[in-house]
Amino acid sequence: MISARGLRKAFGDFEAVKGIDVEVRRGEAFGFLGPNGAGKSSTMRMIASVSPVSSGELRILGMDPATDGPAIRGRLGVCPQEDTLDNELNVFDNLYIYGRYFGIDRATCRERAQELLEFAQITDKAKAKVEDLSGGMKRRLTIARSLINNPDLLLLDEPTTGLDPQARHVLWDQLFRLKQAGVTLVITTHYMDEAEQLCDRLVVMDKGLIAAEGSPRQLIDAHSTREVAELRFGVGEHEALAEKIEDLGERIEVLPDRLLVYSDHGEDVVTAVLDRGLHPIATLVRRSTLEDVFLRLTGRSLAD
Amino acid sequence: MASDMASDTGSDTASGTKPPTTSARPVRPTGSLSAWEGMARQYDYWLTVLKRTWRGGVVSSFLTPLLYVVAMGVLLGGFIEGDPDRLEGASSYLAFVVPGLVASHAMTIAVSESTYPVMGSIKWHKTFFAQLATPLAVRDLVNAYVAFVMFRVASACAVFMLVIAPFGVFATWWGPILAWLSQVLVGFAFTTLVFSYSARLKSEEGFGLLFRLGVIPLTLFSGAFFPISNLGPVLEWVARLTPLWHGVSLSRMFCVDRIDWALAALNVTVLVTLTVVGWFLAVRNLDRRLEV
Repeated sequence: MISARGLRKAFGDFEAVKGIDVEVRRGEAFGFLGPNGAGKSSTMRMIASVSPVSSGELRILGMDPATDGPAIRGRLGVCPQEDTLDNELNVFDNLYIYGRYFGIDRATCRERAQELLEFAQITDKAKAKVEDLSGGMKRRLTIARSLINNPDLLLLDEPTTGLDPQARHVLWDQLFRLKQAGVTLVITTHYMDEAEQLCDRLVVMDKGLIAAEGSPRQLIDAHSTREVAELRFGVGEHEALAEKIEDLGERIEVLPDRLLVYSDHGEDVVTAVLDRGLHPIATLVRRSTLEDVFLRLTGRSLAD
Repeated sequence: MASDMASDTGSDTASGTKPPTTSARPVRPTGSLSAWEGMARQYDYWLTVLKRTWRGGVVSSFLTPLLYVVAMGVLLGGFIEGDPDRLEGASSYLAFVVPGLVASHAMTIAVSESTYPVMGSIKWHKTFFAQLATPLAVRDLVNAYVAFVMFRVASACAVFMLVIAPFGVFATWWGPILAWLSQVLVGFAFTTLVFSYSARLKSEEGFGLLFRLGVIPLTLFSGAFFPISNLGPVLEWVARLTPLWHGVSLSRMFCVDRIDWALAALNVTVLVTLTVVGWFLAVRNLDRRLEV
């Protein structure tokens, strides 16, 4: 569906994407995980065939965006990071008018719009103004709009940023249903839980480059331990205490507010820490996540 | 998921017929729309815009200019008794001022529809970004936008001319039709040029400049209210270089039926040239602006 070789994007002197290789297969959910400014959105806009490739090779659905842009865009669904819904139009017209841009006839457009309102669970809001919708509803409408042309490939740029937890889960559920219907999904996110929930395969991006690639499970197995012990001490003590316990785990990360000790047996680490006469304010043993993978690969946390 | 509009987007012809090398870019990208198709697909959008805005348009397009005609043409003009030679062949000041007023009205509508709304579609509502994620191209967006503004200009000028006709200011029945086409041409030139300016502008402060240093001086000194020969030889030539003067000149010649065909040809050439240049700049500037 997507194939990129040495893909680059430069804005003047600034290089947002510095040469990445990506392969996305039909029917999979593929993720770009990385902090803000990693080059995810620039990559997405090149895939969406609206931003010219600076260098390297990019093929979408077997076509070249430089020469086949309109044909590619006709088969894509794009859900941009910032809502680009038309606030002047009502909910139904946002879908209907967008469908017309794809050359879908009026009757089919109305039918599709009605179906998609149901899919997005906003049928009762059909005549409402966009600005009266909640954040979650706006997102669902944006996704519904991106489906108006029955796309082969759906691009979602930070689909749940800014939504409350409940709205996120509703959205995830809908993306699952799309995936099961055979739609290929490409998702960018800086939420590791989202990447773990939704993506079959993902790449971790940092500073315009790909730092690692694989399924969430593979990445965690390859770059982290099974468990992590989180130890919180008093402010300013973490650096000094790290030296005293660094032999207890395979690896230790010092964060401003806590220590992360990587080990396959987290509870044993906590016991050993207490045996050494140290008294953390709080302890937590958890499974490794993509956040830990990211920390390992880049030395920074995703929130930075 | 089956695609019921695959043939419309040309996607079914894309992969099989593509040449192996991509170094030579085709004249038209695969699946790109004809100019007509590109505009037709945006018809429903602009129809809803029109439905939403026509009420405000009635006031600014029809009522305001009529107030000008009454104030300038009838009430102020009542004090002015020039012989037809000093009024460029017009039989009265009203007959003199009306063709100029309509031409400058065409400019005003074109400019106001191509300033804030263009910035809004880029910056505030991001309409252009949403539209560009479809098979539509930048060129199609510009075409449909200009077509909409021209509908506003053409209809407003037509109504203006029809309303004023019974007052006996037109020398022939066919002259006003050519005058109306000249006013449309003024609209085209200003729409494309101002669109290209707005597409580059980062903040709306630039519009204040455009209105204060562009629109207002042009309205006052392009021969709409008085013959530019009153300006003196130097300023008269400055006025002749402004786009609005060419429109006023055409509009008045046809209305009062004192036509210098060589001058008319020059006026038309200038306005058409500006329109074409403006269109290319508009497409280029919007294309650059939307690449983020």
